[in-house]
Amino acid sequence: MYDVVIIGAGVSGAATARELSRYQAKICVIEKEEDVCCGTSKANSAIVHAGYDAVTGSLKAKLNVRGNEMMEGLSKELDFPFKKCGSLVLCLDKEDYPSLQALYERGVANGVKQMRILDREEVLSMEPNVTGKVYAALYAPTAGIVCPFGLNIALAENAYANGVEFRFDTKVEDIRKTEGGYELHTSKGTLSAKCIVNAAGVYADRLHNMVSDEKMQIIPRRGDYCLLDKSAGGHVGMTIFALPGKLGKGILVSPTVHGNLLIGPTAVDVEDKEGTNTTREGLEQVIEKAGMNVKDIPMRQVITSFAGLRAHTETDDFIIEEVKDAPGFIDCAGIESPGIASCPAIGEMTAQIVRDKMGLKEKEDFISTRKGILNPETLDKEERNALIKENPAYGNIICRCEMITEGEIIDAIRRPLGAKSLDGVKRRTRAGMGRCQSGFCSPRTMEILARERGADMSDITKSGGKSHIIVGTNKDTL
Amino acid sequence: MEKYDIVIIGGGPAGLAAAVSARKNGIDSILILERDKELGGILNQCIHNGFGLHTFKEELTGPEYAQRFISQAQELDIAYKLNTMVMDISHDKIVTAMNREDGLFEIQAKAVILAMGCRERARGALNIPGFRPAGIYSAGTAQRLVNMEGYMPGREVVILGSGDIGLIMARRMTLEGAKVKVVSELMPYSGGLKRNIVQCLDDYGIPLKLSHTVVDIKGKERVEGVTIAEVDGKGKPIPGTEEFYSCDTLLLSVGLIPENELSGKMGVEMNPVTSGPKVNESLETNIEGVFACGNVLHVHDLVDFVSEEAAAAGKNAALYVKGEEAEAADGREIILRPVEGVRYTVPGTIHTARMDDTLTVRFRVGGVYKNCYVSVYFDEERVIHRRRQVVAPGEMEEVKLTKEQLLQYPDLKTVTFKIEDE
Repeated sequence: MYDVVIIGAGVSGAATARELSRYQAKICVIEKEEDVCCGTSKANSAIVHAGYDAVTGSLKAKLNVRGNEMMEGLSKELDFPFKKCGSLVLCLDKEDYPSLQALYERGVANGVKQMRILDREEVLSMEPNVTGKVYAALYAPTAGIVCPFGLNIALAENAYANGVEFRFDTKVEDIRKTEGGYELHTSKGTLSAKCIVNAAGVYADRLHNMVSDEKMQIIPRRGDYCLLDKSAGGHVGMTIFALPGKLGKGILVSPTVHGNLLIGPTAVDVEDKEGTNTTREGLEQVIEKAGMNVKDIPMRQVITSFAGLRAHTETDDFIIEEVKDAPGFIDCAGIESPGIASCPAIGEMTAQIVRDKMGLKEKEDFISTRKGILNPETLDKEERNALIKENPAYGNIICRCEMITEGEIIDAIRRPLGAKSLDGVKRRTRAGMGRCQSGFCSPRTMEILARERGADMSDITKSGGKSHIIVGTNKDTL
Repeated sequence: MEKYDIVIIGGGPAGLAAAVSARKNGIDSILILERDKELGGILNQCIHNGFGLHTFKEELTGPEYAQRFISQAQELDIAYKLNTMVMDISHDKIVTAMNREDGLFEIQAKAVILAMGCRERARGALNIPGFRPAGIYSAGTAQRLVNMEGYMPGREVVILGSGDIGLIMARRMTLEGAKVKVVSELMPYSGGLKRNIVQCLDDYGIPLKLSHTVVDIKGKERVEGVTIAEVDGKGKPIPGTEEFYSCDTLLLSVGLIPENELSGKMGVEMNPVTSGPKVNESLETNIEGVFACGNVLHVHDLVDFVSEEAAAAGKNAALYVKGEEAEAADGREIILRPVEGVRYTVPGTIHTARMDDTLTVRFRVGGVYKNCYVSVYFDEERVIHRRRQVVAPGEMEEVKLTKEQLLQYPDLKTVTFKIEDE
């Protein structure tokens, strides 16, 4: 019997697990995919919003501002990439100026610090590639960007280091109330828990509805994105938004922490909870609308496009609470934008609910820090040569676009909760994430994965499940 | 810091031919830096024949063609380092590289020859919509898996793009037991060589659908099928023309891009059309003593021409090192101007004082032209007017200019290349 089972190893589940690992409790995270960070957490804008968007008094507003304040410290504690690059919300039409002002005032009411409204000249001097049509902009220096994979993986690894168990490829099929807790029937057998945290992203409604009569509905809201090569990464220095409309914050143009340029997302409500397919219309819309706010985006430099699903609810707010008719079942649901920004605070709040509910006691030996995969580029020449001498794998470049060494890939595979697939390696090291999109390195990364995991090449997958890369050997069907 | 007269970045066909030529032109101190585990570059995975018809007057496979040059390089005692990645080249030709044995190290070169080759365009560059499952490979990745490692990436294949690697892989996958259902090409013409369409598609009954593209990819874990549609003159899919092909593999052969990240970082000026460096008659970039050849300069169809071009780069680098490079005494620089159907020329400028007796100018056309003329104008005067039955983007063109001819026009400023109806 676990004290707590957390369903979902995305940022919300991992942040909750990490916060709960401060306490004396037997905790398990279960995840239907083969790795952490496989759903909404891996495909989003990666923006640490300042906190002026959400309605004052909402959970979104509160947790966004709090999460934003926590993020920098957390990035140092857990060693993941974060950059406070600032953001601009553009007002292109004088008539919309009152809306910009309202956004500023809402930010002030939400507790966002250091915001300023800039006039056209100030905007253009800070961001020369912003459209010349700009009339004014809301500048929020506290906004930032983060590596969403790095954040998610760091939280999970730290939770693991503090004793949290993780079970992958484990899908919850049913949940039954029992005396003193719940029984979870999964694709890998039955678990029991005194307390459940439902951090299942777009599936949170299904799990909630297994235990409650007050039905919840999560609407997967798809967003298409295009990612541009690093050669385009300096096109803007800050995250550039348009004034928000009905369906969210519109199409943004942003640098990423790794120096690429990201544009997107669209917002289309879909039925399929796995419907992460991009569409022609969506990608065209991204390109067109991004171009309305930022000029001369070098679209020839697009290296990949992708889509993610936001877990949208009708209430348009996060739902973080114990379910009224299901004691000990805590929803952490409806986590859409600003979910990444809020995640440290979401973890904190969810964990506090569980702690208070169960009267958990703090551990004395909580490990608050975690070391990420060593990036040799941060070393000087002498340090790097010492490293290669000690471990020659750090002298062997596997991914030539991102200059990722065999040493980093081996670390990604061997560390706790290590990579099992090409995408797992990619999210941890960036191998395969560059301009050739793994054309050159995937066969070599496959070899390393097979060797390190004692597996056959034919067992290697792109992202677990049936996503095998090769299907046999030459002439085997002839 | 170690010093070499010439450091060659890349040990594929271009780098090898440049090295051999530089040695034959009197340079002893040459180093090739190769990132792969053997010399020969991409030729090692091109196990089909058809290489060397121009150079050796016989049909070789890719590895055999490479071996001819590797053997020459070895006989000439040319130094090379394998598994070595060049990380940076400074403007003053300090090459920073890394491998397992030497760690991170620097070399001072007197001349540098860029011969890094090219990479394949990926799906993202086309913004093909749909899911992103396993089973989508660039044709070259599939070629490596099949030809070098013996692994089948799939059983039922659709190929997008009719570049040469895609055509070659259509045949290869068929021979290895896969069913290649269709090759879809966005343009109204193939980007590959005519002989490859005949020998790799027609001979195996594989349909080539021109003006068609992939509009959707189905399958969440592994490809389950793709939808292909006809496109209009602007490349937009025509509604109602969609056709679904069930398959487990989509191969992409949608273009090659010279790999010039190092060149760009060191300050080499690029030609946006070729994505390769701008070079003069000596294949020298805007940085003195830095030369470029092969697919890093512009994407070739035939390795024979890569070798020829690289030999010229090697020779010119040797002359540069020896200080024998003729002064562009008259200071005259002739500009080569591609217009009306001609997309680019390599080289882009000529100093007549420095050129050999004959200079090969290579270029590509922007579309298919039938019964046309390839014309060359010396300023306003048409001096070459060569009738052609057909020219196409998939086949590189060349025109030879002689020094004698150019010297007859002492005030010549611009040589214009164009395709004309008559």
